[in-house]
Amino acid sequence: MIVELGHFALILALAVALVQMVVPAWGARTRDAQLMAVGSPAAVAQLALMMLAFLALTHAYVTSDFSVANVVANSHSTKPLIYRISGVWGNHEGSMVLWVLILALFGAAVAVFGNNLPATLKANVLSVQSSIAVAFLLFIVMTSNPFERLDPAPFEGQGLNPILQDPALAFHPPLLYTGYVGFSIAFSFAIAALIEGRTDAAWARWVRPWTLAAWMFLTLGIAMGSWWAYYELGWGGWWFWDPVENASFMPWLAGTALLHSALVMEKREALKVWTILLAILTFSLSLLGTFLVRSGVLTSVHAFAVDPERGVFVLAIMTLFTGGGLALFAMRAETLRQGGIFAPLSREGALVLNNILLTTSCATVLIGTLYPLLLESLTGEKISVGAPYYNMTFVPLMLPLLLALPFGPFLSWKRGDIRGVAQRLTAAGVLAVVAIAITLALSERGPWLAPFAIALGVWVMAGAVSELLFRIKAGSAGFEESFRRLGNLPRSVIGTTLAHFGVGVMVVGIAATTAYRSEKILVMKPGETAEIGGFALTFKGVAPNKGPNYTELVSVFDVTRGGAPVVTLEPAKRIYDAPPQPTTEAGIHGSWRGDLYAVLGDAQNEDGGYAVRLYFHPLVRLIWGGALIMFIGGAVSLSDRRLRVGAPKRAAPKPLPVPAE
Amino acid sequence: MTRKQRRAVLIGSGVAVLSLAAILMMFAFRDSIVFFHTPSDITGGKIAEGTRFRLGGLVKDGSVRRGNGTMVDFAVTDTLANVEVSYNGILPDLFREGQGVVTEGKMTGGKFLADTVLAKHDETYMPPEVAKALKEKGVKLGAGATMPAISKP
Repeated sequence: MIVELGHFALILALAVALVQMVVPAWGARTRDAQLMAVGSPAAVAQLALMMLAFLALTHAYVTSDFSVANVVANSHSTKPLIYRISGVWGNHEGSMVLWVLILALFGAAVAVFGNNLPATLKANVLSVQSSIAVAFLLFIVMTSNPFERLDPAPFEGQGLNPILQDPALAFHPPLLYTGYVGFSIAFSFAIAALIEGRTDAAWARWVRPWTLAAWMFLTLGIAMGSWWAYYELGWGGWWFWDPVENASFMPWLAGTALLHSALVMEKREALKVWTILLAILTFSLSLLGTFLVRSGVLTSVHAFAVDPERGVFVLAIMTLFTGGGLALFAMRAETLRQGGIFAPLSREGALVLNNILLTTSCATVLIGTLYPLLLESLTGEKISVGAPYYNMTFVPLMLPLLLALPFGPFLSWKRGDIRGVAQRLTAAGVLAVVAIAITLALSERGPWLAPFAIALGVWVMAGAVSELLFRIKAGSAGFEESFRRLGNLPRSVIGTTLAHFGVGVMVVGIAATTAYRSEKILVMKPGETAEIGGFALTFKGVAPNKGPNYTELVSVFDVTRGGAPVVTLEPAKRIYDAPPQPTTEAGIHGSWRGDLYAVLGDAQNEDGGYAVRLYFHPLVRLIWGGALIMFIGGAVSLSDRRLRVGAPKRAAPKPLPVPAE
Repeated sequence: MTRKQRRAVLIGSGVAVLSLAAILMMFAFRDSIVFFHTPSDITGGKIAEGTRFRLGGLVKDGSVRRGNGTMVDFAVTDTLANVEVSYNGILPDLFREGQGVVTEGKMTGGKFLADTVLAKHDETYMPPEVAKALKEKGVKLGAGATMPAISKP
């Protein structure tokens, strides 16, 4: 009964979405306020119906209703509750329902909080937003119905893929989708602006918080996926330049560029056409990512068996929205009035450089990801593009970006004083040089570039802090005055500092772990000791163990450092009951120096030894720590009164030109 | 500077960065792409020793042998030809005889020395290039070898 209700709600949501797509847009065209007013209640109704459908599916999972085909294929009655819930989006059909639910959530948020929007703009935005929902709801209803019944119903389900039964992966898809789908708002606003043929600073002020929110969640979602791959897959890496990873990274790069260009548009009314284009491209890359992941056209270590026909449907949706958006852009972009002018050396100029480098690097990732498809369709040759390609293309483009990053927030709008900024960054430069010296002193081996990469991270961190210190006149104005100034700083400034600081932290982590990682593969018998990263690990043996829905072989390693006991690591090999699939559970000890990481391999034939893989990853946690700081920076910035969603426009002009970024 | 000159500076720097990226990409594609081959391509003599490439096919039934220490030997087959593979390391969880596999490495003395065996998340997942290559070779997949059919995330 509840399942049928969910199915019905899904179809009803499609009907409502159709109305929301057509009626407000027609109203905006004919200047009919009543028709335009249909948009908001429709958006809220669409959200309510999607929520109903989603809850109905969740109910089927939680109660293990095995008359539903989707539950049978992806769940099992012995599965812990949290994984029965996360199983809802741990499969194709359910994850598409979640996709549209988040889409509806963003649409309803515009409807509810968008009272200060011009009526026609709001109507057009809701209409465009709903057209995306229509496409994806058609996709679900026609090819991927999650509510399909089975008759007769089996007694037990087939279970969820064990490697998805993990806390980090339970929340990875919702976060990632919130990021992906959040960019739909920027897209809808861009299309609406093109339809109306005008944009202004208010438009950018509206788009920026949504983009920022989407960007935050995408940042966290990607970081969580990377963290999961690091500890769950047992290969000790955190990023593989795999097509599925790139699929989420490309919208992030474009979204980061959009975030910065919208700033120029908001403050200076410049870069209008570019910002609109970027908004269309960012969401198009989200759709491309959905296509790449859902179709499985590319060989990926993160791919699951998929139905290729569904990929064609997603490809059609992507072509429609990207092609349609770009065609509209080509036709209408000229009608947008150009705004303020600026010198190349200025805040605007710095943000343009940011945009050039980010979009170009995004293009190198895009080409690297799609080149194998292109080459195969042209020549039939099958190739793969891996880390060496990205190290040669993406990384060199990031270096100037990171080098220039600290300058940006110091430069003033319109015309900047580069020499003055360089003076203010002296301390950061000195710290970077000190970082080189310390790295060289601490490390015996490693690539000669590594100390410079670490210094680059320190430079970005110190640059972000310098800017904050300069603003509050630390050192020159006395402690109390500085503290007062800190309290008066707009939150968006603090958010920017935090986010940039997080970038620096991440760069240090990436550089350190890439350059100074050590790895050992060896056979160990009980009683033997191996050394890595300053730790000594003694293999004590293995023992069987039983979990709620798996059995495992647990190995025990006593870890000491300089003779003192540190921790006991218990890497294990698990075999889940349903489906009967083995997984590797790494034993990880995190310390401030880095992570000790042990993986248990297969038993050797003759002598009771086990293959063991040991890693030491220096400072690896800074990578995810940096991403977390970036997320927090975004959140602080979003809480700024001037940016808060639905906040009324400023009554009076700002007393001081305090830039928000 | 006039408006036009400023715009020229902006567009110029954009074009400069793009050209730099294009040059980098050309070099990277020349040096770092890795081709995919099946065992019968190798016995056909298409590949020079020492070239890095990806070898894909099915793990031949009964071919997995553990050697000294962490060395593992197995054969990859497309049923028309077999290639012996040596790998030093721990095989991924879902490595199985009779199932699809992709490895990366070089031919050395008639043997494929793999430094990577690609992992997968899903037992029923077959890398598309393996599935396609086997189909092109007219291989009927036997028991235990699965084609992508069931939908999982």
